[in-house]
Order: sequence, then C-alpha cells, then structure tokens
Amino acid sequence: MLELRQITKRFGDVLANDHVDIVVKPGTIHAIVGENGAGKSTAMRIAYGFYTADSGEIIVDGQPRDIKSPHDAIALGIGMVHQHFMLVETMTVAENIVLGAEPGTSLGLDLKSAGAQIRQLSEEFKLAVNPNEPIEHLSVGQQQRVELLKALYRHARLLILDEPTAVLTPLEVEEFFAILRRMREQGKTVIIITHKLSEVLAISDEVTVMRDGKVVGRVQTKDTNAAELARLMVGREVLLRVEKTDAEVGSPQLEVRNLSITDINGAKRVDGVSFEVRSGEIVGIAGVEGNGQTELIEALAGLVEPERITGEINFEGKNLNALGARIRRELGIAHIPEDRHRRGLLLDFSLAENSILGMHYRPPIAAMAGGIFLDENAVQRRASEIIQAFDVRPPNAALPARALSGGNQQKLIIGREYRVDPKLLLVSQPTRGVDIGAIEFIHRQLVGLRDDGCAILLVSAELEEVTSLSDRLLIIHDGRIAGEVDPKVATLEEIGLLMTRGH
Amino acid sequence: MSKLARELLFPLIAVVAAFIVGGVLILLVGDNPIVAYRLLLGSALSWPDGIGYTLFHATPLIFTGLAVLVGFRCGLFNIGAEGQLYIAAFATAWVGIIFANLTSWLLIPLCFAAAILTGAFWGGIPGVLKAKFGSHEVINTIMLNFIAVALVSYFTQYHYKVPGDPILQTAEIGPSAYIPHLGRFIPGLPERIPLNIAFLLALLCCLLVYVFLWRTKWGYEIRATGSNPFAAEYGGISIRKQIILAMSVSGALAGMVAINEVLGNRHRYYDGFSDNYGFTGIAVALLGRNHPVGVILAALLFAALQHGGIYVDGFSEHVTKDIVQVLQGVIILFVAAEGFFKWALGRRLPWNV
Repeated sequence: MLELRQITKRFGDVLANDHVDIVVKPGTIHAIVGENGAGKSTAMRIAYGFYTADSGEIIVDGQPRDIKSPHDAIALGIGMVHQHFMLVETMTVAENIVLGAEPGTSLGLDLKSAGAQIRQLSEEFKLAVNPNEPIEHLSVGQQQRVELLKALYRHARLLILDEPTAVLTPLEVEEFFAILRRMREQGKTVIIITHKLSEVLAISDEVTVMRDGKVVGRVQTKDTNAAELARLMVGREVLLRVEKTDAEVGSPQLEVRNLSITDINGAKRVDGVSFEVRSGEIVGIAGVEGNGQTELIEALAGLVEPERITGEINFEGKNLNALGARIRRELGIAHIPEDRHRRGLLLDFSLAENSILGMHYRPPIAAMAGGIFLDENAVQRRASEIIQAFDVRPPNAALPARALSGGNQQKLIIGREYRVDPKLLLVSQPTRGVDIGAIEFIHRQLVGLRDDGCAILLVSAELEEVTSLSDRLLIIHDGRIAGEVDPKVATLEEIGLLMTRGH
Repeated sequence: MSKLARELLFPLIAVVAAFIVGGVLILLVGDNPIVAYRLLLGSALSWPDGIGYTLFHATPLIFTGLAVLVGFRCGLFNIGAEGQLYIAAFATAWVGIIFANLTSWLLIPLCFAAAILTGAFWGGIPGVLKAKFGSHEVINTIMLNFIAVALVSYFTQYHYKVPGDPILQTAEIGPSAYIPHLGRFIPGLPERIPLNIAFLLALLCCLLVYVFLWRTKWGYEIRATGSNPFAAEYGGISIRKQIILAMSVSGALAGMVAINEVLGNRHRYYDGFSDNYGFTGIAVALLGRNHPVGVILAALLFAALQHGGIYVDGFSEHVTKDIVQVLQGVIILFVAAEGFFKWALGRRLPWNV
C-alpha cells in the first residue's frame, strides 16, 4: 500500500530521517515505534505531505508518487489523525467533518447529504457518532472518532494515527482498538505511531522500530515480545518489570483526615478523603485523570489556598493546613509535579538555575553576606551533582531547561527533589512523556528512595506503573476513595471497574 | 551564533531598518538622507556640547529603562514610570525647599531618599493592588499617571508656587541640595552643560540592578515569578510578595529621574519637565532586551536622536525633528515584531517537529 524508500530528511544539524525504509502492506495494522525524537513522526509527516524529503521515494500502490502537500496525500487515499485534535469546538460533528471539503454549490452548503453519509460511515465502523452533536459536548474518545470519520469521509484507505491512545482511558483504548480491527476487516490499512509496547503487541500485525532517525528493526508482531522491542528501541537490554522487595513499613508520616478541596468555582474536586502514608512504603493512587488527583497532590504540597480546604493534613503529627509550600519543603516534603512545564521547571532558566528552585534562599546556595547573594560556585556544584547522579543529558548546566528532552527534564526535577532528603515524596505522573530507558531509571530511583525509608505517594494514569510500583493502591473516583486493593493480587479489570464506576 | 550575537541581532536589525525607512522619507520630502543623518548624528556626537547633552538626556532614560526592565523581569508591565517620576520630582523639590537650611551632607541624601522612596511608594500601589485584588497593573499604572500629574500640579499651583510666577513651577530648592555638573571635573566640558552626577548614578544603578536580579536570592525570585509564576509558587516563592517588591523597585528607579532633573538641572519642580521619559523607557527596555547593558546602549541611542533632532530642525530645509519620532517609531515597531520573526523562522526548526 505504502512504501517509503531511502527517505532522508535533515533539519539544520539534526538528521531526523536517515535512509528510512518502511513497507506497509495493504489491509494490515502497522506499528511504528521508537523513543521521542527517533524520527517516526517525521517519516509519517513526509508520507502525509507535511514535509518534503531531502531525498528518497514514496511509493503508493506500486507507483512512485510526489506528495507535496496533505492535499496530494488525501487525493491518494492517505489520511492522518494528529495527536492534538484539529476540531472546531463550537461546530457540529458534520460541520467539522466537511470542513475544507464542503459539499454543495459555492452558495449553498449541503449538510444533509453529508450527514447521511457520515451516519452511514459511522454505522459501518460502529463509531456511534451523532453528526449533529456539537464537538464541545463530546468526550475525548468520541472526538478521536470524529477525527477518524474525517479521514474516512475523504475516502482514506490508509490512516496514519499519531500516538492515538495518549489521551484515552484504559476502557476507551479497548474500544478504540476494536474500531481499528473493524477497519482492517473492511480492507483499510492503518499505521499507528506509538511508544507503548503493550499496545503495539495488542493491535498490530507488523512493527517497524526506529532509533536516532534510522530503521533498526522490522518484525512480525506474533514473532516478537516487549523485551525485544524495548531492546531495539533503546539499543540495550531494558528491564520492564520493576524489581522490588517487600516494603519495610515504619510509622505514619502523612495522615489525611476527611480532606475536601473546592476549586475556584466552588465545585468540590476532592470529597472527604482519608488515608495515610507510612515511611518505607509507596502508596499509589489510580484513577482516570480529572478525578481529583491533581487537586489532592497540590493541596498536600501547599499549592492550594487554605480557604479552599477542609479536613486535616498532618505530617509527622503536625498540622500542615495553614503552612505554605516553602515551610512544607523545609519539613522534608518533596514534590515531583505532574506537569513539569507548568509547575516543575523554569523553562527559560538554565539547568543550574533550575537545580536550586525551592532551595535558592538558604545555605549553601544563598550563603554570602547574610544569605542575600547566591553563591555561584554552590549553584554550579549543585547542578553538576544532579546532572552526574541522574545522568541528565546533555550534561551542560548552562543550557536552558527548554532544550532538554522530556525524560531529561524529569531527571533534573527528580534529582533536585532528592536533594531535599525527603521524608515524604509527592510524585505525580513521574514517567509521562519519558523514554523507556529513562522510565526504568526513574522507577529504580523511586524504589530506592522507598527502601531508604521515605514515604511516597504516587499518582499515575499508567495503570501498569502504579500497580507495579505501589505497595498499597488506592483508587480514586469523582474525588472520593473508591477502594483500596493489594496491587500484588488485584486484577486490572478489578481496578478498572473501581476507576470508572466508583464502587 | 554566539549568545551575544543572537541578543544583538534583532536590535541591530531594528535600528538599521529604522534608518532605511527614515531615509526613504527624507528622500520623499526632497532632502538628502546622508546629509540629514550626518547632521543628526554629527551634532549628537560633537564634543563637548553634543556628547554632553546626549549623556544628559540619556540619564533619565537609563533610569526609566531600568524601571521598566525590573517590571518586565517579574512579568509586569509598568507603564507608570511617568507618574512615578512626577511624584518623585515633586517630593524631591519639596524636601529641597523645606529643609533648604541643612548642609549638603544631610540635604542631598535626604533628597535622594525622597526621590527613591516616593517613586517606590507610587510604584508599589499598583503592586499591592495586583497582589491583593488581582487588578491589572497596566490599567492601574496608567490611571496613576494621571493622578500623579494632577496631584503635583495642584500642590504646585496652590501651595508651592512663587507668588506672581506665571510658570507652573515650585520655588527653587536650597543651593546646598544642588549636585555638581560633571563639567566641574572634566576638562573641556563646560559647566553650563547640565550633565551631572546623576549620570554616574544611573550607570551605578545598571550595575546594581544586574547584581540584584542575577546574583541575589530576591532577584532570582523576581525572575522566577516573571518566567513561570506556577513554577515559582511550586518552589515556595510568594508571588504576591514578588509583585509588590518588583513594582516598588521599579518605581524607585523611575523616581531617581528626579535626582537628575531637580537636584542636577532645574533645581525646582517644573510642570511638564519630563519629555515622556517614562514612556520612552518602555522602548529603551525593549530595544535593550531587558538587560542593563542593553538599556545603557538603547538610552544613548534615543538620547542622541533626541538631541540631534534639534539641529536637524534648525539646519535642514525640509526635514524637521519629527524625523526622530519616525526613527523611534520604526525601531519600536521592529523590536515588537521580533516575536513574529521568531515565530516565522522557528516553524522550520527541528525542535518543532
């Protein structure tokens, strides 16, 4: 169906695609995997006409084709669904789908026939989308199906999907895969770009693995496994399971009693939550995103105004409710935030300046003249310690944090928070957008900190992560604790049910 | 490209583009741009008058440029430097009049304190309003400009004017509050040129602002707040405190314009003394890329244009000093367009893939 031959693409000094060969057979689901920056999105954007290759050929249905723009690609039956949806929120499904290819005359828009066509497509692939619904009323999963419909409406025979599951809940992922299988049955070809190995194994027929702009492996899905794919992606053996011993649990560090949090609009986001975290254990919180996890962690870290909180937050027997973020840090509470760009980093500041955030005002960083001036040597020392111990790359403290990959930004944050010598660590989505190699490293660090007696509260949307790391697992739903399970024995179905139904 | 070259690129483009656009306009009105520009820059750089006056005019622009810079670095847009320097100038004159009998060693520091503290107070008001109620500093600083001018005009008119004086100005301050012109110390520079100690003070402030922002914990907190308030909050920094601190420091710097004008030049508060220093300071900070060294360079350029413009007016056939406004306008336009250029260029860069 589609073949890329010796595609090369250079951006400035970066060789994004280096003689890439990809062969996609008709009627298959083809996965393209690789770490961030491996060049998989670039290759697919070339196929879709977003970029033109510096050299190489694109073959569609056996014919060499010149694809200069997405227009050309669509004409050849190639459609693409982007990671970030391109939908107009206030318009209906049908209006969005016909946008750019409006039916009817130049004066009259014929939405009726388009609606019928959309309904028929929707039924054919069991997408369950109502053409007259405005986009803003749809869930994320439904919006994604609208994007699929958009491509199908334009008669796409090949669909390129860029990280399609990143925004979906576990249940939605299952539904989504069922749709992809139906499409394959109807003779469509699907390319799915991803870095989640479990999904590759679950859905694809063939896999192309990319690393550093090159194709490093082509395998049949049935002949491979996660370990092999991970090794190809990273270029070395990767430990996928978290290895840890049983927790040696000490006394309670964090005690949360009947905690409720309202947002600025007065809506209750967390509702009467009670739990405790003891030293030497990792307590996980699983839940579909937006069920109060963000507010809970921020409230514990001192980032929510006390007026919006009722109930009690106690740390080592001391009430924290009225204390600010600075004092909580001084008491030994570290925080790895869920959104590192928004909360965790000063993106325009250097790594050195980022490495002291939260400790910038006291010795040894602010030491000279009664603690007014920053000791430049101490700052540099702190930065290079973190860069070395946590393998931050590139190891250049003068670079702005913006220049680092997600995984290296995360390592910098974790390194910084470890320097607090925390007694309690609040950590949210520690491996989101992080490469497999770095995920392994981060998981080992968290377990190591636990073994040193730190109490850890872990929030993650990755079910596998939260079940394999946690010693105890709480499930949150609609701002309430829906249950507690033993992650060693609980099944994913059991947890998934608690996450979605709440009981 | 080195970091320095990158920093200089857009300001240079802006200045060159401004001179090209200005040149075309001069051609259109029927003059020779080379002749006009030689007159403009030649007179601004002549010794001693050109240089002396250019540095004198640069002094308030350095202060207001620094004031705007400190605000920007905290993510705040201080449009109120004009009002802050008006209030400060009046307060400085008031102290110089009321305590005219004190010796210089007491009176001059007292006048300095008046300029700095009044400016800090007037700048601090919108800071407090923003920190406490979230009301926007742009609106409040603009409104406080009007209030400041009206307030000092009222006090001057009804309480501190010399009876019978047709000009809206206060009485003179005591001679012991005068600060010396640099002509007294520099051979060849006549003492009649008002370039005074305040210029050296402005340069010192550039150094102090640099040290404050980049070498102290307070500066770190201000810059962190300006760069990403959510991350600053996460790092245990009180955003409210930083807003009040930055606006007060900003106001204090604007207020120091009073030292140049009241103690060093006119020796009184004089209505309308500011040639839009507070607003030009915004352009100075932008062209200077919000860095103290850049502010010095930008202030010198704007001051040279301002001074040279007087000569263009006098000696050119068709071109008037309005050409200076054109040049300043185009510079600001291009500096403001930087974001657009970066966006247009950046779309093809690999990290956007």
